[in-house]
Amino acid sequence: MRSARSIRRVRHYALLPLFLALCACNSVVLDPAGDVARQQRDLLIHSTVLMLFIIVPVMALTVLFAWRYRHANKKARYEPDWHHSTRLELVIWAAPLLIIICLGALTWLGTHLLDPYRPLDRIAPGKPVPHETRPLEVNVIALDWKWLFIYPEYGLATVNELAVPVNRPISMRITASSVMNSLYIPHLAGQVYAMAGMETRLHGVLNEPGVSQGFSANYSGAGFSGMRFTFRGLSDAEFAQWVQNAHDGELTRERYLELAKPSENEPVRHFTRVDSTLYQAVLNRCVEPGTMCMDHMMAHETMGHGTK
Amino acid sequence: MSTVFGKLSFDALPFHEPILVATFVAVAIGGLAVFAAVTRYRLWGYLWREWFTSIDHKKIGIMYTVLGLVMLLRGFADAIMMRLQQAMAFNGSEGYLPAHHYDQVFTAHGVIMIFFVAMPLVTGLMNYVVPLQIGARDVAFPFLNNFSLWMTVSGALLVMTSLFVGEFARTGWLAYPPLSELQFSPDVGVDYYIWSLQIAGVGTLLSGVNLLATIIKMRAPGMTLMKMPVFTWTALCTNVLIVASFPVLTAVLALLSLDRYVGTNFFTNELGGNPMMYVNLIWIWGHPEVYILILPAFGIFSEVASTFSGKRLFGYSSMVYATVVITILSYLVWLHHFFTMGSGASVNSFFGITTMIISIPTGAKIFNWLFTMYRGRIRFELPMMWTVAFMLTFVIGGMTGVLLAVPPADFVLHNSLFLVAHFHNVIIGGVLFGLFAGINYWFPKAFGFRLDPFWGKVSFWFWVVGFWFAFAPLYVLGLMGVTRRLRYFDDPSLQIWFVIAAFGAVLIALGIGAFLVQVYVTIRRRKALADPTGDPWEGRTLEWSTSSPPPEYNFAFTPIIHDSDAWWDMKQRGYRRPTSGFKPILMPRNTGAGFILAALSTVLGFALIWHIWWLAASSVVALLVVAIHHTFNYEREFRISAEHVRTVEAAR
Repeated sequence: MRSARSIRRVRHYALLPLFLALCACNSVVLDPAGDVARQQRDLLIHSTVLMLFIIVPVMALTVLFAWRYRHANKKARYEPDWHHSTRLELVIWAAPLLIIICLGALTWLGTHLLDPYRPLDRIAPGKPVPHETRPLEVNVIALDWKWLFIYPEYGLATVNELAVPVNRPISMRITASSVMNSLYIPHLAGQVYAMAGMETRLHGVLNEPGVSQGFSANYSGAGFSGMRFTFRGLSDAEFAQWVQNAHDGELTRERYLELAKPSENEPVRHFTRVDSTLYQAVLNRCVEPGTMCMDHMMAHETMGHGTK
Repeated sequence: MSTVFGKLSFDALPFHEPILVATFVAVAIGGLAVFAAVTRYRLWGYLWREWFTSIDHKKIGIMYTVLGLVMLLRGFADAIMMRLQQAMAFNGSEGYLPAHHYDQVFTAHGVIMIFFVAMPLVTGLMNYVVPLQIGARDVAFPFLNNFSLWMTVSGALLVMTSLFVGEFARTGWLAYPPLSELQFSPDVGVDYYIWSLQIAGVGTLLSGVNLLATIIKMRAPGMTLMKMPVFTWTALCTNVLIVASFPVLTAVLALLSLDRYVGTNFFTNELGGNPMMYVNLIWIWGHPEVYILILPAFGIFSEVASTFSGKRLFGYSSMVYATVVITILSYLVWLHHFFTMGSGASVNSFFGITTMIISIPTGAKIFNWLFTMYRGRIRFELPMMWTVAFMLTFVIGGMTGVLLAVPPADFVLHNSLFLVAHFHNVIIGGVLFGLFAGINYWFPKAFGFRLDPFWGKVSFWFWVVGFWFAFAPLYVLGLMGVTRRLRYFDDPSLQIWFVIAAFGAVLIALGIGAFLVQVYVTIRRRKALADPTGDPWEGRTLEWSTSSPPPEYNFAFTPIIHDSDAWWDMKQRGYRRPTSGFKPILMPRNTGAGFILAALSTVLGFALIWHIWWLAASSVVALLVVAIHHTFNYEREFRISAEHVRTVEAAR
């Protein structure tokens, strides 16, 4: 499916025998389908090339010196007391320093541009996000051991399946019900932790349709290995169709509490009429009746202290 | 019942897990055989008097090394179980390990390899070598040294106990909450984790204090800081790191145990608890920890490269400054272990860039070894072979490490098998290769005969080739988006890479086997391999100036130092060993107090793990009584007569 693009990328990889070997297999990290993941991939390759400028000579010199100055080779010069050279010392410290300055600059720029919290300004190289496009909002909840995706715009929620229209920016809010997980969809963008009582953000865009997988990239207990979900990239029409497809009833708070109990390898489910306050309640740990929401508690405490 | 046995019951014994039962039977038979042999040859008294109660830094160093090697076998058994599981669990098969067992295996593997293999081996070598390199007769606090050893053994013992009584943690080797909290890990596994690390941690911290004081206060006259051998320099920096970072581990584990035992909420999801605080704290210890392991290895490579190139170390002072810079910077990088936690871009880039800066002094070190070889006469004995293998392997691990320090690249590789390949690349390719270089290098000093070179080379090639077979596939799998700690897989195209990795693990197993054969063959051939000179490698530092093995007092006369390669300098000036004028020497006397205190600590740990409160309380009381009793022991030293010194020196 993506072979034509792979060929275009070959000039990148030609420098890197290791990565070249990888083209043969299905290396999603080096050949993703989303703009953010592709930029992360580019950064990975550029950094590697930059470092190879120093790694390759060092390895070659190691082999050369080890051979040249072997004990049996009496022709090689032997200077048992030579141990200092200011000029060499300068090179020794300056060469890695220069590489790290370049890499540091690359890192500073890349980290800010690819900050997962930053809303996207383009959907592909040279293609800014059109003015009329609103990002697709998805609220993600990591449960023991399955994923719940809530689409507030459509009043829809799914278990272990995430579908997105291609070329539309996606804006995710991520939390967890109990232990820590990490949301990772390799074709879309790098991972971010999902933590209970806290919200993390992730922005991304998918540029090519197709079916792949997302999963938890942080060990979370017995059911961790099965904590994977189908990730579908759909055309706008297919996505509209998919939205209509929900048939597993509504997602009330009671239903959520049932779902949140630990279970493994859950089948895909599509819920309609999702309780619109559910995500905030999960985030503030007050889904169960009678519990106080964390944001209320904090507001309350702030007020309490304020009156002193 | 529960007042007597706490949470301990018959169900804690794993009769339902056939793998564990078989292991237990094998361990029991092996243990009985050793017990019977020691009894048969009446060695208990000898072991107790000459080894267990010994406060000679050389014997303690050897015991640390033995502990590390024994635990290596356990840690490696875990590794090969994981490799087998991951190579099998495809196409609907769940492999042979259920989650309950597999999750303990990878947790135990990490904990054992770091705390009970790498740490004892590093501490053992430092213990053995540092006092000899600085011309001292023992460490600053000889009794503490013995106590530290037995506390480390006590921690290891608790980890081993968890195999057969109860279970170990199922949390990953750093036991991140909330998973490690009572709510999600109600069993005793995490408690075993906490108390074995707390008890071993006392040993590590005290041994750090001890070696630090030794290096600062006990150097031979003339040995200024800038004339110290490089291994001693790295040992100094490592012990600074130990003293400054292990208390953080102690504190964070104490907070976790308060959460689990008392019901506080430091790291829980509820009531203001914050698991992110734990992750920060544990890595504020954890990152310096990796430098605690690698710096002494760097020191070993420096000694080896210079000795076997027959040449002074290139750039001694830049080597020292590089070590010091790494020591300081190692405290400014911890956040790179969790860029994915959602810190802002500026925070992430700060920690990414500080991490990269560490590669500058590290790179300078590599160049220094390179130019030490330049215009040398390199003898490819085993220590040098390990050094060259290190230089070629470690640079790759360093490169992938810097790659992971670029936050956006980390987002796609974090927690993947690429990360697993990276840290094994630096820990095996750096620390372990260094330890093997060091063991082969200093073995003749410790025992008076060399390790057999043939079996050493067999072990070397199996290890090095096995390492690449085992971990190159993990780099590939990481780039294919495969995350770590998975127990089974959907995608059948991944299987071939896991099979190659398992093959690599088998090669490493042969490497470990060949090492054991090497030790056995060496003991059989000790006459042929004997080194009567005390200086088999044309050494450059002071440890090679005494006999092999050194007398219990190390040096009959304290040497006076004029150069960083002190022994080389002495040989160049035609040094002749004095044969008269000996004086009596005061040496510290053996004591069993350290062993007894550590044994009581083991009981205390076990009691706390199983909530056997009466036993915990009584062992605390017993600990106090023994410790106070030991303070009344005024006969801490004994005198070696001048006559005896003369006899020993004449026998060299």
